[in-house]
Amino acid sequence: MTKELLNKKDIERIISRIAHEIVERNKGAEGLCLVGIQRGGVHLAKRLSAKIWEIEAIKLPFGSLDISLYRDDINMNKPQPVLRKTDIPFDISGRRLILIDDVLFTGRSIRSAMDALMDMGRPSHIQLAVLVDRGHRELPIRADYVGKNIPTAKAENIEVCLEEEGLEDRVLIQTP
Amino acid sequence: MKKDLVSIKDLAEEEIRLILSTAFSFKDVLKRDIKKVPALRGKTMVNLFFEPSTRTRTSFELAQKRLSADVLNFSVPASSVVKGESLLDTIRTIQSYGADYIVLRHPCSGTPHFLSKIVSASVINAGDGINEHPTQALLDAFTIQEKKGTLEGLEVAIVGDIMHSRVARSNSLCLSALGAKVRFVGPPTLMPVHIPKGVKVFYNLQEGITGVDVIMSLRVQKERMDSAFFPSEREYFKLYGITFERLSRADSGAIVMHPGPMNRGIEISSEVADSDRAVILDQVTNGIAVRMAVLYLVGRDNA
Repeated sequence: MTKELLNKKDIERIISRIAHEIVERNKGAEGLCLVGIQRGGVHLAKRLSAKIWEIEAIKLPFGSLDISLYRDDINMNKPQPVLRKTDIPFDISGRRLILIDDVLFTGRSIRSAMDALMDMGRPSHIQLAVLVDRGHRELPIRADYVGKNIPTAKAENIEVCLEEEGLEDRVLIQTP
Repeated sequence: MKKDLVSIKDLAEEEIRLILSTAFSFKDVLKRDIKKVPALRGKTMVNLFFEPSTRTRTSFELAQKRLSADVLNFSVPASSVVKGESLLDTIRTIQSYGADYIVLRHPCSGTPHFLSKIVSASVINAGDGINEHPTQALLDAFTIQEKKGTLEGLEVAIVGDIMHSRVARSNSLCLSALGAKVRFVGPPTLMPVHIPKGVKVFYNLQEGITGVDVIMSLRVQKERMDSAFFPSEREYFKLYGITFERLSRADSGAIVMHPGPMNRGIEISSEVADSDRAVILDQVTNGIAVRMAVLYLVGRDNA
């Protein structure tokens, strides 16, 4: 069974709110940078970047991060993920870095992402923004900016559809 | 990908393309300050070399270290093989160390195939006799793709001692699979009896490299020659050496490759080897990224 949790308008409002929250909490956009986790996070990071430009008229440095090489389940015979591009064309050291992902679940992707970032430099802060927090954390990780908290059962599946992937903007929950 | 990489024939065309695209990601890793990722942390890799090798062994070793694996190097002069140990016993010893990957170079064709059937570790062929050298072919394909954008429709001339060359054999399979047109150019005495399907043969260098996009010069493998295959090195150079004068026959943007080590003044002139047409050092750099990709992908189900 599939149910729609967020529609296009909802996602638009969330991006707008999180952009404002980021600017508010960091007292402006000076010294910030955005890094999206492949793939959903990259699209959301681009949207946030555009929104922050509207609010503060500052173009933030922007990067994409692939975490496949830092995963902790390599020995669990999962199918081989396709390596996507890691492209962070600026020095992250000393910056406030906003890490962006579509869904926060076990927290393991974020752990991998932070390890990957630490290999590239030493950001002064890392803050986490997610579109959906579905619970079931396995590590002590929480998001600083949450689009929507959605209580789920572990067997359920959250699907984030985005225009950049050729789909209609929405978030779906599939119950087996 | 399958458990082992023994031959290019083990790979479907999509798998070759997956290795190349993965290698492009690893090449980015090699440009960072910290050129290392934890992808294969805790894996044990054994490099077993029964033949002299500098670049292939060091390239594998560096690739393994960049993936955070633990590396063990066996080379024959320093191992118990010289004390009379059989291959099988050496392998069993290595298996007892809990090796997850074995990179094997051996003077006898077919050894990696034999080994892959008896061990549970992934076996990667780093050159077996005159048979195959799959990672060399993959890094050559990667380098051509990087320089030319694509392999589709390119004319590639492999020049020199084709008969003794595992590089020529693996390359003809790999490049053909990716849509390039392969030519073998060399003296009749150094041409193999069986020519792979689709490969054109030229005995005249000038004709063979006319209009080609890539010239792959091969080392004259004196150590594998048990009789006289050509009268003298001077004559060989005169007829088959890659010089600037001859290069003008090829496409104006043609690149020159060599798997190394080079015999300057026999198969290639120093001028050409040191010119900007030569991509020989790019091949070495790319070899690390491509071997990282192979080690990362081998034995894993395709997504």
